[in-house]
Amino acid sequence: MTDPLVKVRGLKIGATVYPPGEKPHPIEIVHGVDFDLAPGQVLGLIGESGAGKSTIGLATMAYGRGGVELTGGEVWVNGRDILQSDIRDVRRLRGGEVTYVSQSAAASFNPAKKIMEQVTEAAIFHNKFTRSEAEARAVELFRKLGLPDPENIGNRYPHQVSGGQLQRCMTALALCPEPDLVVFDEPTTALDVTTQIDVLAAIKEAIRDTGVAALYITHDLAVVAQVSDHIMVLRHGDMVEYGDTDQIINTPQEDYTKALVSVRSIDHKEKQPTDDPVLSVRNITARYKGTKFDVLHDVTVDLYPGQTLAVVGESGSGKSTLARVITGLLPPRDGQIEFAGRILSPDLAGRSRDDLRELQMIYQMADVAMNPRQTVGTIIGRPLEFYFGLRGAEKRKRIAELLEAIEMGDGFIDRYPAELSGGQKQRVCIARSLAAKPKLIICDEVTSALDPLVADGILKLLLDLQKIEDVAYLFITHDLATVRAIADSISVMYQGKVQRYGSKTEVLSPPFDDYTDLLLSSVPEMKLGWLEEVIAHRKMESAGN
Amino acid sequence: MKNIPISALIGLFFTGLYLLMALLAPLIAPYGMAEVVGDVWEPSSSEYLLGTDNIGRDLLSRMIYGGRTTIFIAIVATILSFVTGSVLGFLAAVLGGWADQALSRFVDLVMSIPSLIFALVVLSVMPVTVPVLILVMGLLDATRVFRLARAVAVDITVMDYVEAARLRGEKLIWIIFREILPNALSPLVAEMGLRFIFMVLFVSTLSFLGLGVQPPQADWGGIVKENKEGIVYGIPAALIPAFAIATLAISVNLVADWILNRTTSLKGGRG
Repeated sequence: MTDPLVKVRGLKIGATVYPPGEKPHPIEIVHGVDFDLAPGQVLGLIGESGAGKSTIGLATMAYGRGGVELTGGEVWVNGRDILQSDIRDVRRLRGGEVTYVSQSAAASFNPAKKIMEQVTEAAIFHNKFTRSEAEARAVELFRKLGLPDPENIGNRYPHQVSGGQLQRCMTALALCPEPDLVVFDEPTTALDVTTQIDVLAAIKEAIRDTGVAALYITHDLAVVAQVSDHIMVLRHGDMVEYGDTDQIINTPQEDYTKALVSVRSIDHKEKQPTDDPVLSVRNITARYKGTKFDVLHDVTVDLYPGQTLAVVGESGSGKSTLARVITGLLPPRDGQIEFAGRILSPDLAGRSRDDLRELQMIYQMADVAMNPRQTVGTIIGRPLEFYFGLRGAEKRKRIAELLEAIEMGDGFIDRYPAELSGGQKQRVCIARSLAAKPKLIICDEVTSALDPLVADGILKLLLDLQKIEDVAYLFITHDLATVRAIADSISVMYQGKVQRYGSKTEVLSPPFDDYTDLLLSSVPEMKLGWLEEVIAHRKMESAGN
Repeated sequence: MKNIPISALIGLFFTGLYLLMALLAPLIAPYGMAEVVGDVWEPSSSEYLLGTDNIGRDLLSRMIYGGRTTIFIAIVATILSFVTGSVLGFLAAVLGGWADQALSRFVDLVMSIPSLIFALVVLSVMPVTVPVLILVMGLLDATRVFRLARAVAVDITVMDYVEAARLRGEKLIWIIFREILPNALSPLVAEMGLRFIFMVLFVSTLSFLGLGVQPPQADWGGIVKENKEGIVYGIPAALIPAFAIATLAISVNLVADWILNRTTSLKGGRG
């Protein structure tokens, strides 16, 4: 074996925390991690949020983000310990030998400069190429990454290309100075599933063709399985398991890795439609005020009591708009909504208190769905007070019951949202909606901001509660794995129209229309070689391109 | 409350001192407010600590009573401007649409007239009494508070928790006072400190121009006005209220800065 390009030994990383009401104190976030990376190899770093994976990735550039300090250990890149190097040497390393691709290309590009200028900047700065050489190389990379019109795309500004294209431009940016190592930090996480697969294929090909080594950081094991040679599983700043991609996916040793591999193993039996739907959306057409473009065209779906309807689609497909129409935040231009046997008023002001009570909503970002100045008790207690007039001990008893139902216990009653974890916040939001004793809860991407194992817990909870409370869910998501886990019926949305609608089995069995086929085939599967298979069989260009 | 920075401590100390003097004026002032006790512009002595003013009243006593008037008017006017300004600002943010347009454009209109000139015009046609003074100052200043409150509240109204409250069917009162106000409080409180100082300056300016607190009632601006001729003869009487205004302004600012820092640090967001 040749000398490793990167050799990390006992890497320790610390940071200072500022807990409310306490003195700031230092904590250790990575406790001694070792790994080697040979030239041209790809190592996948995988873990939940807070596992320290991005921090480790940035450490290979001797960089600590946001007050993070590299407190111990060695990081050898190209035969020198960069933690001991002086700043001039580190500067040569950053953007020259090691480059970085971040999660949000949209936030990382300077919107005021053309793409070409930014892609070639590092290569010219480090005197690797002259301007004309760098530009020629950039065009070649654009072509290799499958960007349309590679000669001229560099003359555009970042807002003039799509999200998936911009992410590829960023990959070109990272590869332009011919680095030895590229750190990919969740490069496809912010993209739609059908776009993700194109970007992933482009990245994989570019890595192979340029022979660069890469660290690929993600929380999605199925994604990392497609691109990496080795995988390191991290948890709470410790290495859990390290091995070949094949071994990690097919024969994981540690319990935690096994849990990651088998996530979304919820067994849900599909229920058959009953006689009367609790919600029936009829021929809804809607647009936002001041625009001339219909976001929803003639949408018709039914949802039966105690069942789950999953509304699936990419960003921009109109699925969240449908939720706004149903809740009355956006009165439709045409069509009507029947709920629990009565026609709902199109706007919020015309609805009765019972209409409001029986139709609850849970949001994607639990942090901003709760008032940070109210305690859990107030948040859950307010609907009780508001709809049922409960006060004092009676209210407190009911709050305790609800906290019990979401598996948290009444010890949380006086806590503020800032003192809860992401999963607990979402549970409190669920309790708040349950407090109203609703017939229907609209769940808008409720698990997409959560780590896979936590999300799994939330889905299980929702299913359990459905059995007990007999509440129907309108489940808006872009994640087909979630849909498989909980839906009874599915509506696939594409560009504001219902593309396919029916029971889960109907929708998920062939023959498919082109879009549904694309969507279904784009969900990363946890097996080697899946990416190549899918790319070879595609019928339709992804919508995001 | 353990680690208050030194600057804030100094600010708290002097602010507290001025407030105490204002509260206890009749107890600590050595002479009556309008009592003529000595010669014109006597230098400071053990009898008259700061000397006497243009008609022989004890300057220290006038300063203490004057501080009481100035601070009282400034506080009440600040409270008035905050209550009106922030309630209307929140209302504009929550209602949006034409209500927001109407309120905001009206505020723009009032703000386009320099407030000192506006106040002078109004006060020259109205009887100049303390309540009228407070009303004019408070309402004129409310336009500034309105802009701040509206800007802060617009950011808050788009949060999901406000939407959740709307979907629950909550009334405007609950949304404004229970959802928005607690989250807008810290920038508003910090602004309140600054606004209070502007009020002190405003009332002093008006008194100096003769349209504020009327003699024989003492106030800091009025004392400057009464003694300004003395400066020509090297009498420092007019500078003492100026000094008092400056120190009060600085100390209240130090406190306001500390509150702003404490509540809007990057680490805890608006926490």
